[in-house]
Amino acid sequence: MNSDAQIPWLAGGVLGVLTLASAIGYLLSLKYRSPGAQATIQNLNARTRSWWIMAAVFGMALLIGRTGTLVLFGFISFWALREFITLTPTRAGDHRTLFWVFFVITPLNYYLLAIQWYELFIILIPVYAFLFIPLRNALAGDCGRFLERTAKIQWALMVCVYCVSHAPALLMLQIPNYENQNAKLIFFFIVVTQISDVLQYVWGKTFGKHPIAPHVSPNKTIEGFIGGVLSAAAVGTALWRITPFNPWQAAGMSLAIALMGFAGGLVMSAIKRDRGVKDYGTLIEGHGGVMDRIDSICFAAPVFFHLTRHFFT
Amino acid sequence: MSSSIIVALTKLIAGTGVRWTGCAPEIKQRIYFANHTSNLDALIVWTSLPKPIRARTRPVAARDYWIKGRVRRYLATKVFNAVLIERKKVTSNNNPLAFLLEALDQNFSLIIFPEGGRNTESECGPFKSGLYHLGKNRPRVELIPAFIDNANRILPKGEVLPVPLLSSISFGSPIRVEQNETKVQFLERARNAVIQLKRS
Repeated sequence: MNSDAQIPWLAGGVLGVLTLASAIGYLLSLKYRSPGAQATIQNLNARTRSWWIMAAVFGMALLIGRTGTLVLFGFISFWALREFITLTPTRAGDHRTLFWVFFVITPLNYYLLAIQWYELFIILIPVYAFLFIPLRNALAGDCGRFLERTAKIQWALMVCVYCVSHAPALLMLQIPNYENQNAKLIFFFIVVTQISDVLQYVWGKTFGKHPIAPHVSPNKTIEGFIGGVLSAAAVGTALWRITPFNPWQAAGMSLAIALMGFAGGLVMSAIKRDRGVKDYGTLIEGHGGVMDRIDSICFAAPVFFHLTRHFFT
Repeated sequence: MSSSIIVALTKLIAGTGVRWTGCAPEIKQRIYFANHTSNLDALIVWTSLPKPIRARTRPVAARDYWIKGRVRRYLATKVFNAVLIERKKVTSNNNPLAFLLEALDQNFSLIIFPEGGRNTESECGPFKSGLYHLGKNRPRVELIPAFIDNANRILPKGEVLPVPLLSSISFGSPIRVEQNETKVQFLERARNAVIQLKRS
């Protein structure tokens, strides 16, 4: 258990924001009665309900400590991977490779984080899985679309497991004058990515006019992007006291996180659009699948991890 | 006890999303018929039924496969309460139809795979005639088409270890054998009812 004096304040803050969101959703549902508006508000309220659950699960995992955090992110990776591979056409010849991916490589990646073996963690998937996957597929003997299939499996591992696991990897950074406080760094990171998604949605719904990438995601607008990214950076800056950064550094970090988060959302939308689906799954009511919720984390986590590691350890 | 473990395990491995598009899950006597691509199929249909319905529903399975080995036999007889039927040496003494009609007369619902075996080629192979005879002989029983998606990627034919992707199942509207409908016509209509669910 963590006995940091800032933690009750953070928990209270999250509770306050969620209560406010639920209250606003309730008032909106009373005020706007047209069927079109009702559908949007119902989706908004479903999203808020899911936020309560996600915040509770995330908070609990952080409070339990390293094991809780690793188990939570391991589960997120596992679920995102199954959504991603389900959507990616693989063939019978990939079956045994996929078994390795799910039951050996993914657990091993998180095990390396648990024992804090940084040097192997950082190359396990980009180097060793990269060499292993084509070999296992070649042994299976199906040469049809070989490179394409191998690349898809590698990509799935990189995004769902390797990239995501850079968020809990923050726990192993040794930051001077910030010992045993790294859980707050994960909190900071997750809050900025998620609030950036929410604020981009809110700014886009309220002021959005000019689509930023109409062929990829018609809901993403320039107004939503600029408003969301800047206001998320402001929230991140306001949280500087819980980080090892000064206010200016916190602002720069938040901006980087929000920009990478936007990139993740855009790339994951392109894949969905290509596969002809709206969501990766149905696990989280109102949001879609796990992959729909963590697309921003996938891209932001490695960048935030390396920026912090390079400049602050 | 052991059946709840099996149900939980199946849900974990197959992550089945269940949609009732053409009917509601009700305690009525029914025959659920589905496409067949994987050994998980019977489990997927069975676990996606709500518990009280599941308790009254028996999968129909091949005797030669399910009596081999202790685990399979235990699962088939003690957990799913499967109706085991002969596929290969069918005589008048072990005619599958008699066993199925008997189960229906004991008020059980059934899960059957009318393709008669796992299909790896097309979306859904031609149906064998059992479904027609059941519908003809017990016209009050509702015949519910179901389409199972992605099970063949979770546990393909010839593999022992599953890969935990996400599967889904849709249950469609009930059909019956119409008067003046030939066996061939009915079987084709039933097969199309399953294929339609894939498109929806």
